[in-house]
Amino acid sequence: MRLDLLPRARPSPWLDLLSPALAFLAAVLIGGAAVAALGVSPVQAFVTYFVAPLSELWSVQEVALKAAPLALIATGLAFCYRANLWNIGAEGQFVIGGLAGGFVAIATHGSQGFTGWILPAMLAAGTLAGIATAMIPALLRVKLGVSEILTSLMLVYVAQLLLDYMVRGPLRDPNGFNFPQSVGFDDAARLPALFEGESLHAGVAIALVAIGLGTLVLARTLFGFEVRAVGASPRAARFAGFSDARLTLAVFAISGGAAGLAGICEVAGRIGQLQPEISPGYGFTAIIVAFLGRLSPPGIVLAALVIALTTIGGEGAQIDLKLPLDLTRAFQGLLLGLVLGADVLTRYHVRLVPGGAAAKAAS
Amino acid sequence: MSLDIVQMVLVTVLTAATPLILAAIGELVAERAGVLNLGVEGMMVFGAATGFAVATQTGSTLLGAFGGVGAGVLLAALFGLLTVGLAANQVASGLALTILGLGLSGLVGAGYVGMKRDPAPHLHLPGLSDLPVVGPLLLSHDAFVYAAAFLVAGVWWFLWRSRAGLGLRAIGDDHTATHALGLKVRKVRFLAVLFGGACAGLAGAYLSLAYTPFWSPGMTAGRGWIALALVVFASWRPLRVAAGALLFGGATVLQLHAQAAGLGLPGQLLSAVPYLATILALVALSLGRRQGGSAAPAALGRVFAPSR
Repeated sequence: MRLDLLPRARPSPWLDLLSPALAFLAAVLIGGAAVAALGVSPVQAFVTYFVAPLSELWSVQEVALKAAPLALIATGLAFCYRANLWNIGAEGQFVIGGLAGGFVAIATHGSQGFTGWILPAMLAAGTLAGIATAMIPALLRVKLGVSEILTSLMLVYVAQLLLDYMVRGPLRDPNGFNFPQSVGFDDAARLPALFEGESLHAGVAIALVAIGLGTLVLARTLFGFEVRAVGASPRAARFAGFSDARLTLAVFAISGGAAGLAGICEVAGRIGQLQPEISPGYGFTAIIVAFLGRLSPPGIVLAALVIALTTIGGEGAQIDLKLPLDLTRAFQGLLLGLVLGADVLTRYHVRLVPGGAAAKAAS
Repeated sequence: MSLDIVQMVLVTVLTAATPLILAAIGELVAERAGVLNLGVEGMMVFGAATGFAVATQTGSTLLGAFGGVGAGVLLAALFGLLTVGLAANQVASGLALTILGLGLSGLVGAGYVGMKRDPAPHLHLPGLSDLPVVGPLLLSHDAFVYAAAFLVAGVWWFLWRSRAGLGLRAIGDDHTATHALGLKVRKVRFLAVLFGGACAGLAGAYLSLAYTPFWSPGMTAGRGWIALALVVFASWRPLRVAAGALLFGGATVLQLHAQAAGLGLPGQLLSAVPYLATILALVALSLGRRQGGSAAPAALGRVFAPSR
């Protein structure tokens, strides 16, 4: 038995749109079977995961609040991944961004007079810190050829340990009864709510603006074209004079900055202080979102909404149906795998050829 | 420092290196065949959970080890189907498998958190195991440690002393030419990936059955990623994998001993040592290598989709 891949003359456009949907359907079916094996009704599970979060205003806001950082980080990652550069350290860049911006907030805590500059300074600090963190694997790759996959990932662990140390030590609230957390940020250091009394905060708006910018840059600027060209055909890109090193540094800076910005938005928006854990794995989940969204910002926004929906739904399922949170994670990994597999269908005809030696001898 | 303490430290270095050796030697074979498997961490942690679950249910460490191996093979088969069968992007597929493996490990291990069982039995040769230095250092380990040593030797022999191994290395260097020569590129790659998954699963089982005889979520703590770095650091050569694992294992236990010795450094800094050491090791390797390109198998990570 043999699996044959015959390249299509032209990639099928409607399969291009359909294949992620097919993958999603397959993942839901497999998930339903797994849920049934755990003794829960698949239909009920489907409603809890996908429908219930959209049925109330507060949970819709929760979905948006979760989707925003995912989409922002993933858009930055799309720049890297399109250029075949694998930044796996977005989680670390997110954490460092939150830490740096939070540091500004803590340093200016309790200041009087004009405080309007504090929030922009925090956002800038977070973004720059994210860029700086991403520059390490980028420079190591450009100057020494070291694998960016490994260096960016190792820095994630380092970043988490750094945050832990800072929050338990130098940045700990002296009046906080020894709890490992910083002072609560002033109002001047918090992202304002978008609607009176609701939980949706300005971080969502910032993320949308940044994603819009990213879309424009990728689709309409020369730099965006470089990024897309380098990924599609590195040799042709080199002949066109697109510099490898400059591009590497630029795309890492973009993805690091996006992750850092997302980090400070999360800290200044939802959390309001520094604590040892400021990310439920956004940096890693964003990698799934980037690939699910086929590395294109509109797709990424949609994918982020789907992932956020299933994550919130998973929390509800844990409470209502006693289904473990790991099931959501396994589902998301499965979904990514199926999307990658389905992607093949758009570029190749897949055929199962029965028989071994005879078929080979005939071909 | 007395001989006893030196001896104890060396033994802990050896046991810390064992999961790295197991996972890295399997990954080495997969990468030598040209497949970059980033799913090692997921396969390892799934192997740890499954191994512990099977061992607790059956009461047998051996069956637990097989369970871990089986778990790794299962995930590796999915990975192989995606990357070798369907020519999907290897980086993304590996990450998908890591996330799937982490999720599945949580599901399988959920019912076993907090349980303890007897650690894997250690070798005891009457008289020999009590010899100073040689006894505890070489003759009193559990089966996993000896399996790691055996695998290193076996993989070396297979890749450099057997015809099949030569074919595998050739495939990793140039899948187009070997395909034209009639070698079964995809079959060899798939088998190499399965072997890598088996080793990763075994490494995970070692963690939950021998290293610390319990299961806790995420107990691999990034060892799978360090194993990946180890393969690069060892320039894809088995004996260097063993040497590098001892170095990295040493870095991991260093922080435990430093904390025990009461050094004034913050615990988080010491915990960060293995990860920082990995980065420094990779940098040192690149600096040491003159002009020449990397020692990696030339076709590593590249997609192979034969038209016939």
